[in-house]
Amino acid sequence: MRVEALFLLGVAAFFGVVGVIYWFWAYEQGGTAMLVGTTLLGFVPGSYYLWWARRMRPRPEDRPDASIEDGSGVIGSFPSSSIWPFVLGMGLFLMVLSMVFGLWLIAPGISLVLSAMIGVTVESRRGGTV
Amino acid sequence: MASVIAVSPRAAEPTSTIAPRRRRRLLGAAAAATLPLVLGGCSLPTFYGYKGSTKQAHDEFLLYSGTTIAALVVGVLVAALIAWSVIRYRKRSDTIPRQFQYHIPLEITYTVVPVVIVLILFGFTVVTENRVDAVKADPATKVTVTAFQWGWRFDYPGNVSVTGLTTEDPDPVGLDGGQCAPAVDCLGPGLVVPAGRTTRITLVTKDVIHGFYVPQFNFSRYAQPGVTNVFDLTVQHSGVYRAQCTQLCGLYHSLMFFHVVALPPAQFQSWLSSQQGAATAASGSSSSTSNTKAAA
Amino acid sequence: MTVLAERPVAHEHEHDHEHHEGPSGILKWLTSTDHKLIGMSYMVTSLVMFFLAGIMGLLIRTQLTSPHNSFLSFQQFNALFTMHGSLMLYLFAGPFAFGGLANYILPLQVGAPDMAFPRLNALSYWLYLGGSVTMLLGFLVAGGAAAFGWVAYAPLSSVEFAPGSAPDLWILGIALTGFSAIFTAVNLVTTTFYLRAPGMTMFRLPIFTWNMLVTAILILIAFPILTAAMILLFADRHFGTHFYSVAGGGVPILYQNLFWFFGHPEVYILALPYFGIVSDVIPVFSRKPLFGYKGMVFATMSIAALSTGVWAHHMFTTGVVLLPFFSLLSLLIAVPTGIKFFNWIGTMWRGQLVFSTPMLFCIGFLFAFLMGGLTGVMLASPPIDFATHDTYFVVAHFHQVLFGTAVYGGFAGLYYWYPKFFGRMYRESLGKIHFWLLTVGFWVTFMPQYVLGLHGMPRRVASYPSGLGWQSLNVASTIGAYIIGLSFVFLLVNLWVSWRKPVPAGDNPWDAHTLEWFATSPPVHHNFERLPAIRSERPVWDYHHPDARTETHHNGHGHVTEAGVAEAGVGADAGDKA
Repeated sequence: MRVEALFLLGVAAFFGVVGVIYWFWAYEQGGTAMLVGTTLLGFVPGSYYLWWARRMRPRPEDRPDASIEDGSGVIGSFPSSSIWPFVLGMGLFLMVLSMVFGLWLIAPGISLVLSAMIGVTVESRRGGTV
Repeated sequence: MASVIAVSPRAAEPTSTIAPRRRRRLLGAAAAATLPLVLGGCSLPTFYGYKGSTKQAHDEFLLYSGTTIAALVVGVLVAALIAWSVIRYRKRSDTIPRQFQYHIPLEITYTVVPVVIVLILFGFTVVTENRVDAVKADPATKVTVTAFQWGWRFDYPGNVSVTGLTTEDPDPVGLDGGQCAPAVDCLGPGLVVPAGRTTRITLVTKDVIHGFYVPQFNFSRYAQPGVTNVFDLTVQHSGVYRAQCTQLCGLYHSLMFFHVVALPPAQFQSWLSSQQGAATAASGSSSSTSNTKAAA
Repeated sequence: MTVLAERPVAHEHEHDHEHHEGPSGILKWLTSTDHKLIGMSYMVTSLVMFFLAGIMGLLIRTQLTSPHNSFLSFQQFNALFTMHGSLMLYLFAGPFAFGGLANYILPLQVGAPDMAFPRLNALSYWLYLGGSVTMLLGFLVAGGAAAFGWVAYAPLSSVEFAPGSAPDLWILGIALTGFSAIFTAVNLVTTTFYLRAPGMTMFRLPIFTWNMLVTAILILIAFPILTAAMILLFADRHFGTHFYSVAGGGVPILYQNLFWFFGHPEVYILALPYFGIVSDVIPVFSRKPLFGYKGMVFATMSIAALSTGVWAHHMFTTGVVLLPFFSLLSLLIAVPTGIKFFNWIGTMWRGQLVFSTPMLFCIGFLFAFLMGGLTGVMLASPPIDFATHDTYFVVAHFHQVLFGTAVYGGFAGLYYWYPKFFGRMYRESLGKIHFWLLTVGFWVTFMPQYVLGLHGMPRRVASYPSGLGWQSLNVASTIGAYIIGLSFVFLLVNLWVSWRKPVPAGDNPWDAHTLEWFATSPPVHHNFERLPAIRSERPVWDYHHPDARTETHHNGHGHVTEAGVAEAGVGADAGDKA
């Protein structure tokens, strides 16, 4: 976990330095705001990872001498064959089109979005199917 | 089996005995080619750029030429290395080549040397941009340039205004008389300035962003809403220089031409005085008599 | 149904992999969350966008063959270059790389069964498809497609100067595809951080995976800013706000700052994946490891870091940016890029180079990007930029770098991984013809454009004055463009012939190095039934060539170690640190 943490903290460090330089040297605030935001983008997850890295044993993928058997067992759950991403995508698509072609499109759009949200939740709970 | 090179990894270099010699030869050739150019100074090859007709343009041209030469040297060197690899290391047998992956001194070299080159370029850049952007305390002439969809307006002191519009069929007519050769240099309104003197341009827009671009001045600047840009042009020789809008500004962006007419100072002064006289006589109050370039 | 994926046990044991039942046909396409199918959908869709945008490019070039051509009206021309750029940048180059190739290949390269969030992955694709359709709908509405350039500067993109629905469709299309990219980036980072196989430490990742990780971070940095810029623009257009208009107390240049804070990282988002492909392909066809692996990783990070600090080099001519800050950082990007070049050369050096089509495309990339990159260094200098900004010099520069990366690099990847995707080989002779025609066309198209720019021809012009000597250069450029178009006919023929008369390819036809080549071609459901021991960034090479592993300092005196597999697990691991 350490390399990942340092990678993100490196992002934070770089943008912190550049942000400070830019703040004092440039005469516009938009860029400074964006650079500060990017510093936080690296700092928040990076410090969290570093905190954990100090407290956990190296995972098999962190150990150069790990063998494949070390990682045997369940890796995770990978939902397969779900209709809900398609439904959600099309719902958002319709909602977006409603802003150009008429607000009536919001109705089918929102219904698809809501049913997708419900569907995904139910599916996750019971390992649902198509 | 595998050849045993019983020396430390430092000596196991990816640069063969052939490469340094070749690289030296290349560098030597490059130096031999550039030295006379550098010594020649003003006879630098132009690399398709303009030597420029303003003082600021000359500064830019030197930077451009120097940078192009540096880029050519680096480009030829790297291209030669690629070409050499492609030719020399084409597969000759099924032997698996030596599986080397690092050479720290070499890697450090080709990190540090580019940084040095870049810092040198940056130094020249800063010097040049300060010269190009410098504005004099007391320019000889001041003109306010207003860009609009799709034409230009030039306002001189004393209520003198020159305006031009463009439509689908620009008609090149202007006060420049017989100076337009080729006629294509004189499209759009003429920005009249004195040659050999410094003209202060104040650049604004009425609507969207436009680009004030004179190719032979090696210069462009945006006219932007909410921003007033100020810069100096010191045209060296009298003549006519074509120009056009360079930032997409809508339907007739392609036709938003103008040109710069540099007149000898005395001639410029008499033109300006006669324009000012006409402006005062026309209405007595602040009206802008336009010496309109009817781009019909 | 949800499958709990198990880590495959060591390579000696094979266990019965559960046979995957599921929908088939169109329902399979609509419901699949398999990264391989999603990646393939992305690739096909983005290639369709590429060909559409390419046709638009040909139309543009046709118009410019004569000075006052009436082949296209000014409105049509402006819409075409806007959509050409928008499709190429938003809908082809990015999605093909991170939605297509990375989606398919990255989980395989880290040894994972799928992406970390498969349903989110599927959603990304549908948002991309929806966004693409939204943008293209502009062609069908009154007034034609958006015509303000792919950058859509305010105030030209305000409702006053760009009325109609097409600009709104364009903005909304970007919003949808932007979220698609952000979700893909989340998946890429999470998969790389959490789903690596045992022994696959961060510094054993293939460079393609590293580059995709860095690209994903850039996406997370840049795309939200683009979305913000677009929301403000849409609000100005329809909700009466004045973010970008002087009349209401707004600041038009804010749009440029926001857009280019996204826009410059965006071009590196487009470039880094293709650098990664080249970094994977060249070692395979040189039969050597990538030279300077660690240097490559840090160079990639440096490029990404610097790229976020240089946005205003697109705004040098505005007169209101801090010139030295932006020009110094822009010039410095040349350094890590140069490091990459020397590392690629070092990889080929003393190798045994095989010039199959993927390798040819990599060599083409090297030459194209070399010149494009050097002209970029020139543009990083404000005075030179004042003279060349918004001229064909810039057009030639960015086409060289984008074409070099997305087209040369992208098709290197497509030809390289084609056997993995389909289990069959493409026709090598047709691939070579594609390459050579493309290369001739490419240089003929863009070299004259440098000269045109230096002679003062601005970009985005539908006509130009006659009598300036520009026509012959424009005609040459157009001929080159048609040659490029012709070259792609050979690609399509290749795909067709290889499909109709397949030649089986096997799991690893290239004797390649990285983990995806251990899977079957195409990979089974959840990718791996077996995995080799991972002791370097070339696990498959080590597995097949245990006596030719990467030399390390531990090996001492220039010997190629013979012990190989038996030593694995002790100190002598090729080039990695935990």
